[in-house]
Amino acid sequence: MAPVATPFFFYLLSGIMLIGGILVITRKNPVHSALALIVTLLAQASIYLMLYAPFVAGVQIILYAGGIMVLFLFVIMLVSIDRSMRERQFNSQWIPGIIAATALGGLFMAVFTKGNDIFPEHALPMVENDNTQQIAMKLYGQYMFAFEIASLLLLVAIIGAVVMAKKRI
Amino acid sequence: MESMLHITTLHYLVLGAALFLLGVIGVLTRRNVVIVLMSIELILNAVNLNLVAFSRMWGGLHGQVFAIFVITDAAAEAAVGLGILIAFFRNKETVNIDEVNLLKW
Repeated sequence: MAPVATPFFFYLLSGIMLIGGILVITRKNPVHSALALIVTLLAQASIYLMLYAPFVAGVQIILYAGGIMVLFLFVIMLVSIDRSMRERQFNSQWIPGIIAATALGGLFMAVFTKGNDIFPEHALPMVENDNTQQIAMKLYGQYMFAFEIASLLLLVAIIGAVVMAKKRI
Repeated sequence: MESMLHITTLHYLVLGAALFLLGVIGVLTRRNVVIVLMSIELILNAVNLNLVAFSRMWGGLHGQVFAIFVITDAAAEAAVGLGILIAFFRNKETVNIDEVNLLKW
């Protein structure tokens, strides 16, 4: 039997996510945008819990809200934002940008309304008690090569970030 | 009303599409590079939401594993992007994306 309060929490969390997203792209001060983005990421972690993905939810909170956003706040602290806050906030191409985004939204809506039948109505049953264990088995078994590539990617990103940000190598 | 109260995969996909569009609007219209990078994070999160929703739909875990890989990519992208931003700010004393035109001819 499905949980009773699922629609309520779905709409509550989607509302929080969308309001947070709108605040991210409209605030003048990047620090406010970063804080709104943290709210969005935490609401999304809760939606992952609703989708029976507790491990991804934990990774989302620790890595995104805890790691990447701290990096963002550090960089906002390093660059001076006073001048950019006094300037115009939207670039000269904003009208074509809005038109392109609207066209993309129309495409999405067309796909979702025409393709309604290809999504099954009822989700298949999922084991939820050993989610982390199953993900680990997949990650170190079937996806071993991709896992190694990801570690190489992170190494390259570390070296790249140091080379970019350092004044003299 | 019935379709409003019964949450299916399509609801999550529409939410992901809305988040993706917000990110696209942010990337295309904002001038501040920091906020453009945050909009890219919004886009990657929309993709992650779709992956996890499909993973729920088929009852498997491949989508969740892929979502973890996407989060890894997002971390790498944020580190390199913010490094480039610092280098750019050191040269031009601005974070305005309209002034990133070194490759324009």
